Amino acid sequence: MTRKVLMKGNEAFGEAAIRAGCRFYVGYPITPQNELVEYMSRELPEHGGTFIQSESELATINIAYGIGVAGGDCLISSSSPGIALMQEGFSFACMAEVPIVILNVSRSGPGIGGIQPGQSDYFQMTRGGGNGDYRIPVFTPATMQEAVNTIYGSFEIANRYRNPVSIMVDGMMGQMMEPVVLPEAKAPLAEERIAAEKPWALVGRGTKPTRNVIKAYAPNTTILETQVLRLFKKYESMEAELPEAVLTDVEDAEMVFVAYGSAARIVAEVMTILKERGIRTGLIRPKTVWPFPNGAFDRLGERTKIVVSVELSMGQMIDDIERAVRGRYPVRLINRAGGIIPTSEEISRIAEEMIGAYR
Amino acid sequence: MKPIYEKTIGMTEAELSYCPGCGHGIAHKLIMDVLDKKGLLGDTIGVSPIGCSVIAHQYMNVEMCEAAHGRAPAVATGIKRVHPDKFVYTYQGDGDLASIGTTEIVHAAVRAENICVFFINNAIYGMTGGQMAPTTLIGQRATTAVLGRDAVRNGRPIHVSEMLATIEGAAYVERVSIDSPAAIRKTRKAIERVVEVQQRKLGLAFLEILSTCPTNWGVTAPEAMSWLRENMIPYYPLGVLKRPEGI
Repeated sequence: MTRKVLMKGNEAFGEAAIRAGCRFYVGYPITPQNELVEYMSRELPEHGGTFIQSESELATINIAYGIGVAGGDCLISSSSPGIALMQEGFSFACMAEVPIVILNVSRSGPGIGGIQPGQSDYFQMTRGGGNGDYRIPVFTPATMQEAVNTIYGSFEIANRYRNPVSIMVDGMMGQMMEPVVLPEAKAPLAEERIAAEKPWALVGRGTKPTRNVIKAYAPNTTILETQVLRLFKKYESMEAELPEAVLTDVEDAEMVFVAYGSAARIVAEVMTILKERGIRTGLIRPKTVWPFPNGAFDRLGERTKIVVSVELSMGQMIDDIERAVRGRYPVRLINRAGGIIPTSEEISRIAEEMIGAYR
Repeated sequence: MKPIYEKTIGMTEAELSYCPGCGHGIAHKLIMDVLDKKGLLGDTIGVSPIGCSVIAHQYMNVEMCEAAHGRAPAVATGIKRVHPDKFVYTYQGDGDLASIGTTEIVHAAVRAENICVFFINNAIYGMTGGQMAPTTLIGQRATTAVLGRDAVRNGRPIHVSEMLATIEGAAYVERVSIDSPAAIRKTRKAIERVVEVQQRKLGLAFLEILSTCPTNWGVTAPEAMSWLRENMIPYYPLGVLKRPEGI
C-alpha cells in the first residue's frame, strides 16, 4: 500500500526532483514559487546536493547551464517575469544541447503584473522569448500528483534529447496542498559516472583522444544551418513522441472544452453543471502544450458543434487549437485575465449562452 | 641539442586567427603553458566568453564551453560545483566582464567560488569593431566616442580589480601586463599564483591582464605595446591588490 502525504505544491515539486536523483538546484526568490527555493535550500544539502541562491534569474540559468555542461542533473524554477530573464539562456542551452529542467510557477502579466495565478505565459513558454529557431517541450500538469510524476520523469527526457525541458504550473498549484504519492527515490548520478553516462559532458579531457567542446556559436552559415537542421530532427522526434492529452467524453459532446492546468480543474466542474442543464460537453486537456496534442482533435465527431478554449489569459492557447481544428469547428474563448479565477458557475453561464447560438 | 623553447601542448595545432599584435595569443599561451607545467591540462575545464576570444577553445587544448555574453563566471560556478576537484577558469574580455557581466563576476566573488578568472583588458570592444568599453581611457577614441571618451558624456573608466578587491570572497586579485618580455615573465608567475589559489580552494582568483588591440586602437603592433605602457598602465597600475597568506 503506497502512502499518500499531504504536501504544498511547491514543496512537492522539489521533493519530486530530489527523488528523481536531481542534486543541483539554482533559484532566485520570486512569488509564487518561494517555498520551492526554501525547500531545496533545506533538503538538498541533507541529500549531499548543491543548492545555489543566485543573484538573478540571468545567473540562475547560466549557472544551470554550467551544471548541465558538466553533466549534472539540474532543476531551476521561477515565475513569469523571472522566466523572461532566463530566456536568452534557454536559447543558448538548446543550441549547445544542454539538458536542464525548468519549472515555471506562473503568475499573471504583463510587466510585474500580479502574483495571482495566471496562464498568460503560454506564448512565453511555447514560442520562446529567446532568439532563434529552438524548441523546448512544455508539460502542463493539472493535479499535484501529475506535477510530481512529470517533474520526476523530466530529467530522463531532458537527458534523452539533450535539451531543456519545462513544466508550467500556475501559482494556484504552487500554493495549494493536495495528497500525493511520492515516487521511489532514485540514486543520483555520481560524479565519477558522468563521463560514462554523458560522454559529451565536460569532465576534463584526461587521457581521452579527443576533448569535448560545447558551443553555441557557429562561425559560418553552413555550420549554423547544419546544426539547426540537426536540432529540428530532434524536435521532430519530440513532436512524434511527447504530445499527450487527456480526453473526457469528447466523442459524444456537442461542446468540447480545451483547458490545461488549473483551468482544466474548473472545467471538470463546469461539465457536471452543464450536464444537469442538458448540454453534452467534453474536455481535451493537453498535458503537453509544446508539442501540442493535435491528434486529440481528430477524435471529435459530427456531433461536435463548437470547441471552447478556457484560459486564464486573454487567449493564447486558442491559436494552437485553431491550428489543430483546421476550420472543422468554430473555436471560441472563455477567459479571465489579471489573476482572476472564474467560478464554475460563471463559465457555465457563458458556455450555455454560447452553445445556444450553434444549436 | 637541448631545446631552449618549445610550443606548449596546452595549445592546439590551429593557427591563431587573432590580429597581428593582439595580446590574446600571448595570454592564451601563458595560461596553457602554466597548466601544462602543473600537469593540469587533463583536469581543466575552461569557459570562453563572447568577444574575439569566443573561439579560445580552438586554441586552448582543454575541455571548454562557450558562455553567453558576460555570464562566464556563472557558468564556471555551475561547472565547479559539479566537479569541485577539477581546475575551472573563465577567460573574458573587458566588454564581456566589465560591462554586461559585472553582476556575474561580482557575485561569483561574493560566493567565493573556487574558480580562476583571466580578465583581458584592452580598453575597447574588439570583435564588434572598436566601440567604447567601460575600460576605455579618457580621450581614447572609439567608434562610439569618435572625439575620444569624455568624462562628462561617457563617465570614467572602471577599475575592476580594485572593485573586486573589496569583496571578501575574492581571495586573490592582481593586475599584470603583456607589453614587454619582462612583463610577460611576471604575468606567467602571476598565473602560477592564481592557479595555486584555486588548487588550495581559497576563493575566487582574479587576474587582470592589460592587453593590446592594435586594429581598433589604430596603431601598429609595436606601437600598441608602447601605447599600453604609456597610457593604460598609469591609469591601471600593475601589482597585487590582494593575496592570501602563503601565496
